[in-house]
Amino acid sequence: MDQAQPTPASHNRLIGKLLLMVAGAFVFAFALVPLYDVLCAATGFNGKTAGPGVIRDGFGVGGLQTAAAPAPKVDTGRTVRVEFTGTVMPGLPWDMRPLTISLDIHPGELQQVSYLVRNTSNRTIVGQAVPSVTPGQAAQHFEKIECFCFSQQTLGPGEAREMPLAFIVKPEVDRSIRHITLSYAFFSVDGQRQTLTSSREAQ
Amino acid sequence: MSTATTHTAEHPAGEYHGGLLRWLTTTNHKDIGTMYLTFSLIMFFVGGLMILAVRAELFSPGLQLMQPEFFNQLIGVHALVMIFAALMPAATGFANWMLPLMIGAPDMALPRLNNWGFWLLPPAAILLTLPFTLALFGIGDGALATGWTFYAPLSVQGGMGVDFAILAVHILGISSIMGSINIIVTIFNMRAPGMTMMKLPLFAWGWLITAFLLIATLPVLAGAVTMLLTDRHFGTHFFDAAGGGDPILFQHLFWFFGHPEVYILLLPVWGLMPHVLSTFSRKPTYGYKAQVYSFIAIGLLSVVVWAHHFFTAGMPVPALVYFMFSTMAISLPLAVLFFCWIATMWKGAMTFETPMLFAVGFIVLFGIAGLTGLILADVAADAQYHHSYFVVAHFHYALFAGGIMGVMTGVYYWLPKWTGHMYSEKLGKLHFWLTVVSFNLTFLPQFFLGLAGMPRRIPDYALQFAEFNAISTLGAFVLGFSQLLFAWNIWSCVRGGPKVESRVWEGAEGLEWELPSPPPHHTWEIQPVIK
Repeated sequence: MDQAQPTPASHNRLIGKLLLMVAGAFVFAFALVPLYDVLCAATGFNGKTAGPGVIRDGFGVGGLQTAAAPAPKVDTGRTVRVEFTGTVMPGLPWDMRPLTISLDIHPGELQQVSYLVRNTSNRTIVGQAVPSVTPGQAAQHFEKIECFCFSQQTLGPGEAREMPLAFIVKPEVDRSIRHITLSYAFFSVDGQRQTLTSSREAQ
Repeated sequence: MSTATTHTAEHPAGEYHGGLLRWLTTTNHKDIGTMYLTFSLIMFFVGGLMILAVRAELFSPGLQLMQPEFFNQLIGVHALVMIFAALMPAATGFANWMLPLMIGAPDMALPRLNNWGFWLLPPAAILLTLPFTLALFGIGDGALATGWTFYAPLSVQGGMGVDFAILAVHILGISSIMGSINIIVTIFNMRAPGMTMMKLPLFAWGWLITAFLLIATLPVLAGAVTMLLTDRHFGTHFFDAAGGGDPILFQHLFWFFGHPEVYILLLPVWGLMPHVLSTFSRKPTYGYKAQVYSFIAIGLLSVVVWAHHFFTAGMPVPALVYFMFSTMAISLPLAVLFFCWIATMWKGAMTFETPMLFAVGFIVLFGIAGLTGLILADVAADAQYHHSYFVVAHFHYALFAGGIMGVMTGVYYWLPKWTGHMYSEKLGKLHFWLTVVSFNLTFLPQFFLGLAGMPRRIPDYALQFAEFNAISTLGAFVLGFSQLLFAWNIWSCVRGGPKVESRVWEGAEGLEWELPSPPPHHTWEIQPVIK
């Protein structure tokens, strides 16, 4: 072993490798962003519900009536309570409340509820709702057939609108889950670039 | 010949720039080590003053001294200062001073880079603390108020203190990565002939693993805070749920760095401990190979356990179980280290000079950190303890008793070597006993506060927590002011004192003790040969 008189070249080779490691780690941080998204969408970790893209192969975005797909088997042996809630984020002068607070359903049943959303300002505003399902494990079995969160919503000055939501809790949902909470956060779209949710839908 | 010796040819020993210019331009590893250690000591007091203000506020319930916003700023900047500006530079200072002496190298491999690495630190420290001063003049709303973890979405919405802290973290990160590259190249390429990797001093092994961890994880933190910066100012939505981003992603990115960071702070100290224990037990280190393999195992495990910092964020059960068991697995190599430390002392001819007192105190108190860590790693128990004072107490046992008392061990152990003078043993012992008693007085009650449900990071609390908080504050003030003894002891030792021999301690082994105390400006220009 000849480390007695290291040449600058041997230093440089090692420095090069170490700098590559640094660059690799920096890139890895950014690679984690899409990786994390894919993992969450695939597993429903973190309450991310499957987007409309998943529904296309079963039902079509228009709803059940347009699809020849068989309705999922209804599991009448148990009931799951679904609770609805919503928040309007700062910067959006809207009111939002679910017209149904909670609903006892059998897994597999198609259900429809709606939210009442009102623009309290005197100008036209575009908003986007982002859904989240708790517990996270239920998210991948919570299928939205029709949802106002699939697209941006425009409300005129003082306008109020009932926004519908049709969903199925699939019978595959774990038996230990008795309660599911669906929560929406409404964000202002104005002045922001197109949201990820809506850009995905546009594809 | 190496760059270092070329440098020697340019400036023969004894021919320096005078005054400030010498310190600005120095490429000598001893000078740079001294600057790192001095900077660390100053920032230790800066961070300490911040937390004393916090403890004063927490002395009794209600808001007496400050508004919650200022309280939030103090706790976050305290943590960043202590971690990045006190503990990490102290360890880098040790590495700069001692690695070349211990492995028989004439200097660090990249002396110029070494100088840059140090001089990035003061600007970063100024960036971190400047917003406090700016706020006094009505500019901005003060420093980072999110806690040191920068959690989104709070940090996305926070004031300009967040931007200052992000840039400070970038600079500190670059400095640490430069230091790490330097240390790895030095250890790989500049060891004395005959010093194989398995003859490397354990301190060098500890630092080698630390340097690799820094290189693998600090860029991830840099990436995460860069995303935060672009979220704040350039319209991206990495963590902003409004644009489909995810705040939990930030927690993953942050702790992917944040957990290895704990071992980055502790591994240099674990490397130092066997030297001190073996010296004052007058016995060879027990289980050299076992300790090396434990370092490597801990280094590898530390990058795959990060999510135990946010068990309560809502993870699926399989992920919880994985992170629980992988976290607990770290206690196995750590137990090997504890065993080796104790076995090194076993039946030794022990004496208790100040470094040995600190080393033994370290083993006991750091053991408490390890055991309470096991409790926090338990998912079911963590649901109760998460974000409580139990966590605060736990990581102060790890990072004050494990990190800072470890650094103090090293300072007392090597100070006579650096200065050529003996420090005051009497003051050193007084410093140790005051530190260890007041440390426990400060943090032991916090375990009980946490168990009783007091949340961390809140400036006010319910009445039933008043007694323990008052005790903790008293302890903190004794602890803080005891450190003046430490500074005074170092200062008087630098200024003068009884001369010491080259082998300062009777039982000390290793190349660094073959050199005179203090070592001349240039050492090991002819490398020693290890048989």
